[in-house]
Amino acid sequence: MKKSKWGILFISPYLIIYVIFTALPIVISLYKSFFVNYWKGLEEVGPTFCGLENYVTLLTDKSIYTYLSNTAIMWILGFAPQIILSITLAAWFSNHRLGLKGIQFFKTVIYFPNLIIAASFASLFFSLFADTGPVNSFLMNVGILREPFHFFSNTWSARGLVAFMNCTMWFGNTTLLLLAGMLGIDPAIREAAEVDGASPWQVFTRITLPLIRPILLYVVITSLIGGIQMFDVPQILTKGTGDPNRSTMTILMYLNKHMFSKNYGVSGALSVILFLVTAVLSLLVFRVSFRTEERR
Amino acid sequence: MKRTIKKILIYVVLAIVSFLCIFWFYELFINATRSNGELASGFSFLPGTALVKNWNSMLHCALPVMSSMKNSLIIALASSFLCSYFSIMTAYGIHAFCFKGKKLFYTIMIGFMMIPRQVTVLGFVSMVDKMHLMDSFLPLILPEIACPIVFYYMIKYMESTLPMSLLEAARIDGASEFYVFNRIVLPLMMPAFAVQMIFKFVESWNNFFIPALILHDDTNKTIPIVISLLRSANFADSDNGLIYMVIAFSILPSVIIYLFLSRKIISGLTSGGMKG
Repeated sequence: MKKSKWGILFISPYLIIYVIFTALPIVISLYKSFFVNYWKGLEEVGPTFCGLENYVTLLTDKSIYTYLSNTAIMWILGFAPQIILSITLAAWFSNHRLGLKGIQFFKTVIYFPNLIIAASFASLFFSLFADTGPVNSFLMNVGILREPFHFFSNTWSARGLVAFMNCTMWFGNTTLLLLAGMLGIDPAIREAAEVDGASPWQVFTRITLPLIRPILLYVVITSLIGGIQMFDVPQILTKGTGDPNRSTMTILMYLNKHMFSKNYGVSGALSVILFLVTAVLSLLVFRVSFRTEERR
Repeated sequence: MKRTIKKILIYVVLAIVSFLCIFWFYELFINATRSNGELASGFSFLPGTALVKNWNSMLHCALPVMSSMKNSLIIALASSFLCSYFSIMTAYGIHAFCFKGKKLFYTIMIGFMMIPRQVTVLGFVSMVDKMHLMDSFLPLILPEIACPIVFYYMIKYMESTLPMSLLEAARIDGASEFYVFNRIVLPLMMPAFAVQMIFKFVESWNNFFIPALILHDDTNKTIPIVISLLRSANFADSDNGLIYMVIAFSILPSVIIYLFLSRKIISGLTSGGMKG
């Protein structure tokens, strides 16, 4: 009896803070999403109960779909090269027969961009890729370009840069996770396949990949959750405008806009929608991780 | 022969990838030492002559660079320390004791561990406003006490390294529960404490979205907010050396931490089960 009291005491600071700062805000967001409440200049409108009107407003307006697809496009543009690169590097690093030297060094180098403030990275890229920046002058000096290319006025170069930065920041992290998974595979399985005459490619696609499937899934889903949060890089790169022509405006930048213009009802509804989406994805992570734990 | 060619090819790819990871930041530090005239000539691999000048213009520019550095440091240190300490305490409560609702607590924490604070932002900000904690560091520090990902890491670490027999022995000796926690459990958990503190520090240092909604006064801003202001300030168009200097200065702490602790960070990333 006494023992159980201590257990509750030890978890109580965590529990109290969790309830106040995580659970309560979810409830408040939900509550506020049912009210019309915004500021018109210095005048507060509402709060008046409106049922699901905020959700209807959000979901019947085309913007939310534009911003969702922007987010998805930039996520895929960054994630596709990221996962291919990460799987390749992890396969090389885990293959002892290749006898690669300096693996620790490469691991250290590729993880480095993950520690950099995303805001600073974006700011740096804005300077480097500016119309009069060093990238443009380099491209003109070697004769690839005649006049400066406006990287931030072209939809695909702007999106491409955002994707490139996300890929650079995250592929090292993904590589290390996949590498840990590949190193955890019992070498006997691989050797048995080789004795049976399997080619290296067959070993890789039929044995390695299926065995790291849980980690692969984990990486995909966590990256997807991260993708929904995409904010810092495009926000700073475009001063929050999502230019050119709102093609780099992400869903979180949209939420941020409503937050700053103090449109509480709509921000609440958008928060709730994002919460539901991430909750579903989180439960998927939960199932994937839980299954691997059982298997072990 | 075929093997040597393959190996050379792999090293070439690795070299290119490494180059793309380092080049931008190398150029950042080089550019921070160059004058505007030197910057106009494009990339350079050698430092320029304006390091002192750029440093001085950073100290005297309109942006609160130094105070934001101090604010970021306070918030990152406090939140990373509290996060590690209370995560271990919570993990210990779950690991070493039995009580009603323990399983429910654990399941909820793990199930919701991936949900980021960003998606509850409206409720969070309006609650902070009601509590009169706008422009205070507390709403950026206190919530970190309850971080499910770190808690999960700690409990996995505890399961693999903390023998219950040791704790039982200490308890039978008549030590109080807090004594056992602070003097026996905590020292044994030090490696995990350090790793998570580093990760949390960097995470907090990089945080932009929520702090930008909470901290409005210039003297309270953190470094990523100041970086975002670089883009909108008027002087920014004229002095590129200053811009590079501020950006370089903002990432300097992360670079220093990494130079000394990269091994710990890399091994910490993949120990203790799966962690994103």
